[in-house]
Amino acid sequence: MTADTPQAVLQAPQQSLVLSGDWRAATVPDLARAIAPYPSSQPLTVDLNGVSAWDSRLTAQLLGLERRIAPATLDLIGAEDDQRKLLELARSVPLHVPPQQTRRAVLNLDGLRASLAQLGDGLLDSLAFLGAVLTASAKSLAGRGGMRQRELMSACYLAGPNALGIITLTSVLVGMILAYLGAAQLQQFGAAIYVADLVAVGMLREMGALMTAVVMAGRTGAAYAAQLSTMQGNEEIDAIRTLGINPMEFLVVPRVLALVAMMPLLVIFADALGIFGGAIVAGGMGVTPLQYMSQLNSAVSTDHFVIGLIKAFVFAVLIATAGCRAGMNAGRNSAAVGRATTDAVVTSVIYLIVADAAINILCQQLGY
Amino acid sequence: MSVGDAVISVKDMTMAYGRRVIQRDLTFEVQRGDIFVIMGGSGCGKSSLLKHLLGLLSPASGDIYYGEQSFTRASTLERDRLRQRWGITYQSGGLISAMTLAQNVALPLEQYSDFDARTIRDIVALKLALVGLDGYQTYMPSEISGGMRKRAALARAIALDPDILFFDEPSAGLDPISSRRLDDLILQIKESTGATVVMVTHELPSIFAIANNSIYLDAGTQRLIDRGNPAWLREHSENAVVRQFLNRAGDAHE
Repeated sequence: MTADTPQAVLQAPQQSLVLSGDWRAATVPDLARAIAPYPSSQPLTVDLNGVSAWDSRLTAQLLGLERRIAPATLDLIGAEDDQRKLLELARSVPLHVPPQQTRRAVLNLDGLRASLAQLGDGLLDSLAFLGAVLTASAKSLAGRGGMRQRELMSACYLAGPNALGIITLTSVLVGMILAYLGAAQLQQFGAAIYVADLVAVGMLREMGALMTAVVMAGRTGAAYAAQLSTMQGNEEIDAIRTLGINPMEFLVVPRVLALVAMMPLLVIFADALGIFGGAIVAGGMGVTPLQYMSQLNSAVSTDHFVIGLIKAFVFAVLIATAGCRAGMNAGRNSAAVGRATTDAVVTSVIYLIVADAAINILCQQLGY
Repeated sequence: MSVGDAVISVKDMTMAYGRRVIQRDLTFEVQRGDIFVIMGGSGCGKSSLLKHLLGLLSPASGDIYYGEQSFTRASTLERDRLRQRWGITYQSGGLISAMTLAQNVALPLEQYSDFDARTIRDIVALKLALVGLDGYQTYMPSEISGGMRKRAALARAIALDPDILFFDEPSAGLDPISSRRLDDLILQIKESTGATVVMVTHELPSIFAIANNSIYLDAGTQRLIDRGNPAWLREHSENAVVRQFLNRAGDAHE
């Protein structure tokens, strides 16, 4: 062994630990192991005379050693001034003992009960938030809230015209998918012309609103959550509140109203493009555009169209409130932004599907 | 120009955002072991200068040397190698908010050293102890006060025993006592590790307490108008603006 190899030798009679060598080496001895045979909580002397060079690892180990043998003291011999100073600085503030946190078991009844209660709380919270949004919206629509016209317009632009591209793509494709789905069955009976009925009713009643809603939940709902939670983290929402402005009226209402105003328009747009997509597929099966149009005429009733619009309205309220609620209730760090966005999208998709089923059952019972 | 022991040399550097020039023809050196303060009124480009030194912004012209090596012309790899020898504390700490204090301090150690997990844990405890925060390992940055966040950021900055410590307004937003404590801490850490400190601040008490060298950037003329030990400049600067700044005087009050 060369003289430079870092070594730690315990000299029992003098009760001291003698260190030597270059302690910047890739691996250094473990002081805790070196004093293992030595009774703990006895004062210890560490002789640093032989140490030629060192880095933070040695100081870190010395501090650890001192904490380990406390309340007994650690005495340094031959330490350079800066080594000693560093250690003194490190012990100038006593160790902080964080309050004990109770560890929760992974699976027990209490935990299950607690998470069910949490689910219920979330639902109640959503309802309360919806109520707050409704009252604030009513106030704003009456012209007495803190909502700015400009905020509303820019939110409308982001939720409406900006989404046209992606809605075009999804709805033409969904129309084509519906047509293919029907064509395979209908051609067996020589009833290819009824593809028009299938596509039109499917788009107007169901897929137009649902697909638009899913796209908007991923696009606009997530954007609301991300933006509001970032503002939360930057203390912007605190600032708005202390400026005497209700953040509900200032931030949430314009976003909700914008989506509620834009969604039905987007759905009408999606319906038209979906029917167009269906026409492309029908054309491939020998149905001329004229036949398709005349078949549409007999298939489409206002009921289907109105039900689609009602769904659009309901979905818009659900997506916007889920997004804004996730953002407004977010924590104050960067992980919270991610959580808020996930929360917004997951909650709105679940709400969408439940609401869609509920509306369909309702329509069935009422005979529409 | 002396080759000497200059750790950082800035040569004829002009800083600009697009066509708007912030400062022209900056030339100065930071010597090894200096506590170097970049002073100046608001909007003079102090923070921009720091960002240039750190490589977050590129100079419009001129060059920055670390030792003998040009930083402006260095490759990304060389820059990263230089950066391993720096510790940086940002104005609001710059702690990663989704990580605990221990994870924040351990981050550079895990990135750049091959110490085992136990050594890293010991070093994290030491660095947090040095800033008076040992025992706060499991806390999130959002759970501690602003002053503690700054100290935790300092612990992360000194994790790798850096050669150069950069501070952007270390005591901004702290009460006078915490600010004084932070100054003392910077001094003690600098003395015991021998690091060079470069600091942007306009806190006069801090400047006089710890700086031994400084430059003053003037917003109006967009130039470096004086340099030297601030305590000396307070009395002897040939520039009235610098004397006023250091004596906290303005024309209006007199």
